[in-house]
Amino acid sequence: MMLFASFNVHAELVPIPALQHRVTDLTQTLSAQQQSALEQKVAAFEQEKGSQIAVLIIPTTQPEVIEQYSIRVAEAWKLGREKEDDGVLLLVAKDDRKMRIEVGYGLEGAIPDLIAKRVITEIMAPSFKQGDFYGGITKAVDALIGLIAGEQLPAPAKHNNQSSFSDLLPLLLVGGLILGSILRAVFGDFFGGVLNGGIIAVLAWFFGVALLIALLLGIVAFILTLIGSSGLGQLGGGGYSGGGGHSDSWSGGGGGDFGGGGASGDW
Amino acid sequence: MKHLVLRFLAVLFVLSLTGCGYNTFQSLDEESKASWSEVLNQYQRRADLVPNLVNVVKGYASHEKEVLTQVADARSKVGSMQVTPELLNDPEAFAKFQAAQGQLTSALSRLLAVSENYPNLKADQGFRDLQAQLEGTENRITVARNRYIETIKNYNVAVRSFPNNLTAMALGYKAKPSFTVENEKAISVAPTVNFESK
Repeated sequence: MMLFASFNVHAELVPIPALQHRVTDLTQTLSAQQQSALEQKVAAFEQEKGSQIAVLIIPTTQPEVIEQYSIRVAEAWKLGREKEDDGVLLLVAKDDRKMRIEVGYGLEGAIPDLIAKRVITEIMAPSFKQGDFYGGITKAVDALIGLIAGEQLPAPAKHNNQSSFSDLLPLLLVGGLILGSILRAVFGDFFGGVLNGGIIAVLAWFFGVALLIALLLGIVAFILTLIGSSGLGQLGGGGYSGGGGHSDSWSGGGGGDFGGGGASGDW
Repeated sequence: MKHLVLRFLAVLFVLSLTGCGYNTFQSLDEESKASWSEVLNQYQRRADLVPNLVNVVKGYASHEKEVLTQVADARSKVGSMQVTPELLNDPEAFAKFQAAQGQLTSALSRLLAVSENYPNLKADQGFRDLQAQLEGTENRITVARNRYIETIKNYNVAVRSFPNNLTAMALGYKAKPSFTVENEKAISVAPTVNFESK
């Protein structure tokens, strides 16, 4: 009988958990209170500074090394704001006894690799060695917050910006409906549509919606007016059913990019 | 009647341009150039770290001449390379570039392995900082390379698949070279071995 060794290089990769909270613990290491305390800390910092910090604790990253897994998580979660790339991921692979601080492009100046390394070896590792995961992570997060706080970053976007837009949407839809049918009756299909689209776009822009989206809304209004009020009625009925959700729920990563900056370590 | 024909021709022209992949080539070509410059950036960053690292190691382990010369040689080889964007369109030069960088990679890892034998060196804060920077840079190189491989894959698929390949041929867009699987990180992951009787 012969023995065959089959090399299975493409072993099953550890899946990336969905980003629902800023602190994700898949190992039950942190208690509920500890999780929410950490969560509040980074949430408050995001509100104040705009930068996003997330903590992920998983059992293992095998068969990948922690750097490979970490960049995959960072690419999937997109922590940090879109243009600022000011996100940080603190990853702990508990059974591997490895940790990593993954730093977004925009914070590579505030948290250079060697500083990230020091946070790991001087702050996290000693606590972890004593089994104090919460203490180590909290102190590390504090250190990261301190480092980012000194960085010149644009102020966080006004929180009500998004909600004002979603409040505006049904109003625009209903208003557009009525306005559209009136304008259509007065100016005919095409010009009524153009007028309606233009008015909607200007209104949306006026209320602080980004220009491109405003234009898009205008075009949608134009097309809807052209289709006619019967089509509009159907669309209007089903159009705005999503949205909703908890008012305090987190919108997740802001679209920040990562390039592999940061440091890894073990304990 | 005449302007109807003209309009038809114009539409056909635009359609042929968008349908033949020309626009795809443009954007993918730009993307690959951008990801390539990120790769170069990170390699440059590593090359910049080497002299300091060599100096610190020399201070504690000056008699490790062999390793130190290897690093210095590989560094100067990398530094003397002419890296132009045209490198991307020249598989031979690309292979040379990759070989030189690979040589520096292995020389550096040997240097770090040797430094394990010197407790005083390992305790030196300057050395530890440089080591952290080097690790970070190596990781950035890996990330940049993987992204480059990904963009090149997209580009090459676009250039080679029908009917885009006709346009590519007509306009001189060639497939670009990519990194071979000399990817250190991928190899350093121990493959899982199954002993199964078959």
